[in-house]
Amino acid sequence: MKHLHIPTEEKDFVKRLTINADVARQMLCGFIRDEMDKAGMRRAVIGLSGGIDSALSAYLAAEALGAENVLAVRMPYRTSSQDSLDDADLVIRDLGLQTMTVPITDMADALIGQFPDMNGLRKGNIMARLRMIVLYDQSATYGGLVVGTSNKTEMLLGYSTIYGDSGVALQPIGDLYKTQVRQLAAALNIPTPVQSKPPSADLWEGQTDEGELGFTYAEVDKVLLLMVDERYTVDEVVAEGFDRAFVEKVWRRVKINHFKRTMPNVAKVSRRTIGHDWLYLRNYTGR
Amino acid sequence: MRITVGLAQIYPKIGDVTANLDKHLEAVEDAAAAGVDLLIFPELSMTGYQVQDLVPEVALEAHADDPVFKRLLDASKRLDLVVGFVQRDSRQRYFVAQGYLSGGEVVHVHHKVYLPTYGMFDEARYFDVGEGVRAFDTRFGRVGMLICEDFWHISPPYILWMDGADLLIFSSSSPGRGLDGSERLSESRWVEQVNQAYGSAFTNYVVHVNRVGYEDGKVFWGGSSIVDPDGKFLVRGHYFEEMLITHEIDLNQVRRTRARLPLLRDERPALVQRELARILAKDEHTL
Repeated sequence: MKHLHIPTEEKDFVKRLTINADVARQMLCGFIRDEMDKAGMRRAVIGLSGGIDSALSAYLAAEALGAENVLAVRMPYRTSSQDSLDDADLVIRDLGLQTMTVPITDMADALIGQFPDMNGLRKGNIMARLRMIVLYDQSATYGGLVVGTSNKTEMLLGYSTIYGDSGVALQPIGDLYKTQVRQLAAALNIPTPVQSKPPSADLWEGQTDEGELGFTYAEVDKVLLLMVDERYTVDEVVAEGFDRAFVEKVWRRVKINHFKRTMPNVAKVSRRTIGHDWLYLRNYTGR
Repeated sequence: MRITVGLAQIYPKIGDVTANLDKHLEAVEDAAAAGVDLLIFPELSMTGYQVQDLVPEVALEAHADDPVFKRLLDASKRLDLVVGFVQRDSRQRYFVAQGYLSGGEVVHVHHKVYLPTYGMFDEARYFDVGEGVRAFDTRFGRVGMLICEDFWHISPPYILWMDGADLLIFSSSSPGRGLDGSERLSESRWVEQVNQAYGSAFTNYVVHVNRVGYEDGKVFWGGSSIVDPDGKFLVRGHYFEEMLITHEIDLNQVRRTRARLPLLRDERPALVQRELARILAKDEHTL
């Protein structure tokens, strides 16, 4: 008898992480416009680092609101690389964004100087939080919402500074893995240098995300896709051919950083408490 | 009989019954001008979807003594109307309700039977469950109405089919999810597949109206549609865009399809009843 064996579909993670760029654009640009409308605003303030996440966010905001309604703010510290500033400039010029540069060196050093033994982590957090302050200050004068630039990978890994880069009004790309950010950036023809350089927080020379995390985004996105989106257990992910130590390390990181993804707990003593049983959408303003 | 159906794929404003009433009445004007006989709004079209603690504030009573509902009843003198609202009963219970209004009268109100309370859904926290699935007579023949999760379950459409409905009206507030490489979200594909299956299996018309717009980052996908008794999509509205879709359907197609494919004639509900009774008795026994 003729025998037809159909092999199990290959574990093609590239395919499983693939997104349709047109649908993504439509959903995310619509979301940005809608959040602005509901806040009674038409303009966006974005910190542009020269990296792919903020660049993509700027492209989406410009498409949603018009480039003339997007203020791109560059906020270099003295150790920031010239490349970062130049790459941010490529984006600004390509889109024709409103722009300003606010160096944070003096502000940061005023605090850092008081603690001579301050480590890199503390300095990095200070920089991230100062940038948040600058953006919210511009938000008040420019009349725009601060658009976040965090992706799903870094939010899950907690690779962010609480009240720093996480201190924003909306997160348009917060449900896209880094791998998907790269796809969408390519589809939107974001300048090649921005797309191709290694991701970096640019806090010191030669720093890269992947060097600091100890794994690549391409690899970790596969694990996160399985565990978060597809609800695999650690054992099931290992059975898919991933190294157990790697999977456990990633999952531990996701769990211990959960506090960065939630509002601070309110101690409940009354009958009705904010965050517990006082439940209204953020989008509901009663207006 | 040929009738023109209007699918009001609107973006209701969360918690703002007054604004939503205006939007309904505007759609009635547009639909009446386009010769629509039957105008269908999505689930909770008068209130928005995630009303949470606003439920008591936005609830309506389904009679002419309710000033808002009276406006809808008045509008139904011009064309038949299907509207989504929160219904309060006399004992302070609240239902996700869909009303069929015609000639200034309430013809039928369906209470959502399946309240999704999993994943991102939390409906059973706020609403009481409906206790009935009934077809009803209209000037266009016998009709059955279901709300979103109701038709994700296979039994309510089957009951309506057995109760004589040749036109199924499905209303939903379905948040988009499952962005992958396809030009349609996996959620949209699933719902469309199911609706097509109902049209084919019941040799019925299936009209589905899904809302658009945004609520706290959820993106409602629209894509309202009509499936004919041959299981063919006659109409598919755009995804994500607010619009009134109008289309003329020929109700005589039901007879023609059933002459070719007598699934209804040959259906054996008594067998279903016997077997279900046996299965339920066994379950009771094993509990």
